[in-house]
Amino acid sequence: MNPLRRRSVRDLPAVGKLAAYLILVGWAVVVLFPLYWLVITSFKLPIQVNSGPVYLPFVDFRPSLDAWRYIFVDLRGDTLRPFVNTVVVALSSSALALVLGSAAAYALIRFPYKPRVGVIALFAGSVLLAAVAVGLGMPPVPAVAAAGACFAVLAATVGRRFRRALSNRDVAFWMISQRILPPVAVVIPIYVLFQHLRLLDTRTALIITYAATNLPIVVWLMRDYFAKLPWELEEAAVVDGASAFRVFRSITLPLSVPGLVATFLIVLVFAWNEYLLALFLSSADAQTLPLTVAAQNATRGPQWWYMSVLIQIMILPVIVLAVALERVISRGLLVGAVKG
Amino acid sequence: MDAAGLTRRRAGPVTVEEPARTRSQASLGASFAVRAAFIWPALLAILFVSIYPLLVSLYISLSRLRLVRGGFEFRFVGLDNFRELLVGGEQSNFLGVTRPLTPVGWVVLVAGVGLLGWGLAGAWRGGASVAGMAFRLLGALLAAGAIWLIAHTLLSEGGRPGTAVVTLVYVVVGITAQFLLGLGLAYLLTQGLPGQRVFRVVFLVPMMITPVGVAYMFRMLTDTGKGPLQPLWAAVGLSDFSWVNDPWGARVAVMVGDIWQWTPFMFIILLAALEGQDLDTVEAGMVDGANRWQIFRYISLPAILPVCATVVLIRLIEAFKIIDLPNILTNGGPGTATESLSLHAYIRWRTLNLGQSAAVAYSLLFIVTVAALSYVNLVRRRIAEE
Repeated sequence: MNPLRRRSVRDLPAVGKLAAYLILVGWAVVVLFPLYWLVITSFKLPIQVNSGPVYLPFVDFRPSLDAWRYIFVDLRGDTLRPFVNTVVVALSSSALALVLGSAAAYALIRFPYKPRVGVIALFAGSVLLAAVAVGLGMPPVPAVAAAGACFAVLAATVGRRFRRALSNRDVAFWMISQRILPPVAVVIPIYVLFQHLRLLDTRTALIITYAATNLPIVVWLMRDYFAKLPWELEEAAVVDGASAFRVFRSITLPLSVPGLVATFLIVLVFAWNEYLLALFLSSADAQTLPLTVAAQNATRGPQWWYMSVLIQIMILPVIVLAVALERVISRGLLVGAVKG
Repeated sequence: MDAAGLTRRRAGPVTVEEPARTRSQASLGASFAVRAAFIWPALLAILFVSIYPLLVSLYISLSRLRLVRGGFEFRFVGLDNFRELLVGGEQSNFLGVTRPLTPVGWVVLVAGVGLLGWGLAGAWRGGASVAGMAFRLLGALLAAGAIWLIAHTLLSEGGRPGTAVVTLVYVVVGITAQFLLGLGLAYLLTQGLPGQRVFRVVFLVPMMITPVGVAYMFRMLTDTGKGPLQPLWAAVGLSDFSWVNDPWGARVAVMVGDIWQWTPFMFIILLAALEGQDLDTVEAGMVDGANRWQIFRYISLPAILPVCATVVLIRLIEAFKIIDLPNILTNGGPGTATESLSLHAYIRWRTLNLGQSAAVAYSLLFIVTVAALSYVNLVRRRIAEE
């Protein structure tokens, strides 16, 4: 079916084929060897690690389950808590990002938005006003309320005079461009805010932050996906009198399940692996697995046998996802996105 | 993505909004409130993690944290934090230690500045507008400054790179290696070899693995005494060499880990692009007797160039944020040799030097923005126009 492939198989000379396989197998070894070493290290006793490398279980050394027993039996609670935290935070934040992001992406494809530059400037001004008021010692709630009232009055009266408006493209570009912000540049104010709200070191704080930082990815991927959907079905529903919400929920979303699943998985991996934000926003109760693993070194020095077990617990779910994602990606979601 | 997609792409840029739909959109009849309800939750969430923190961070970067009775307060100090980074006590950590150039350093410096001047002259003769020239001049000045700094820290006698230079090295070396490896592997997997499906899945795996885990795995591998490569190190007489205690050894370890992790990203997208290319042109090339290299160079590569430009842009933006690997693999050490800008900011935060931390973070934001904008204007736009 693919002429390039058929020809290639026939024409690639034996030497070329051998060279290609050597390179591919070579890279596969590079990819798999660290993982292999991780697995066998978890079955070693400390002495087998410290007395120099041994490579083959049953041949070089007798595998033992000591490290696994220690992590799962002796440290039961200490292992389970970060694991549950990671699962809860990754799943809820990805779900939240998916809901908010796909609604926004859909709206940016289907409804015309014309945000006026002047109104945006007014909004920014009001935010600044509230910030200054709080800075000068005004309690936050009235300050925000006053600024909100100012904005509403001004936008309703002089807002219409501004003619220059942005398009959907600008809004989408602005949302996606937020990925450029290094997390380290934004995390300190978020930390301070959660401290005020007494949400520091809670799952809620992590869920909200992860969902918000992953939103641009969802908007970016789903916007492309929605753009490719046939419009006629939705139009028919609108003619029949369905509301925009109804159309979105009962027609668009069911049609986009493959795209939604792929986007969800990608965002899930990001949230699962996240390290920097968790480092700032959680310390004990809400600690996620990457933090637990990272902290091992600080508390006990490199005890590779225990660490290998923990790392495997941490990466097994994402490896399973990688295998699943490969199929999704070969269906073309990512390149669709790359085009956009 | 299918072959048709890429063909269309080359015929002209595909925009997501199609004007033909506008009339139908109007017929959706969504009121202002409904439209707002769809988009405002997302907007608020993004405002919460971007605009609000950026404003507050800006204030923090212009102030100094002071402990007072019953808590702390921020004292406004103007641009002190930035001054300290650029010319004050933090300079050696942030920019590095500059020393007189070696001959190689002179060559690089002169060649780099000459190239920039040549590019500027070309743009001027090409009829760029005054505003365009001003922007180009600004970009060229920043680039010249970066070249000067790199030459005086990396290619000088006794110079030492700071976190800004180290981060740049991570980004440039990492992306180059990842792109070439990813493209090579993707090309091999379009050759119709049996078993390629297995390779695809295996090659994708590193990208998904938690960076913290990657860092520890590479820490085990770089251990010259107990690591699995110990016989190899012993054979080449490096068994006493400690990768993580030598500045360049440690940086190489970080870069190898980064390349191991992110080559799959380039690989999987370039593979999809290669598979989606227009096969008619390839066949036409074959009929005309082009060899494999010619087909790749003159047909496949131009076809996937827009995708190449975009994956590099994505990685460029993400690579500047690197923190997990240097923090865990080497702890930023020896000294500050492997510290990236993000790690630098984190370490300042941990020592409660919030103003300094925010200043470093803002510098990082500035560098990423300039790098991404220059890349888009110099490379990506040119490719898209072709």
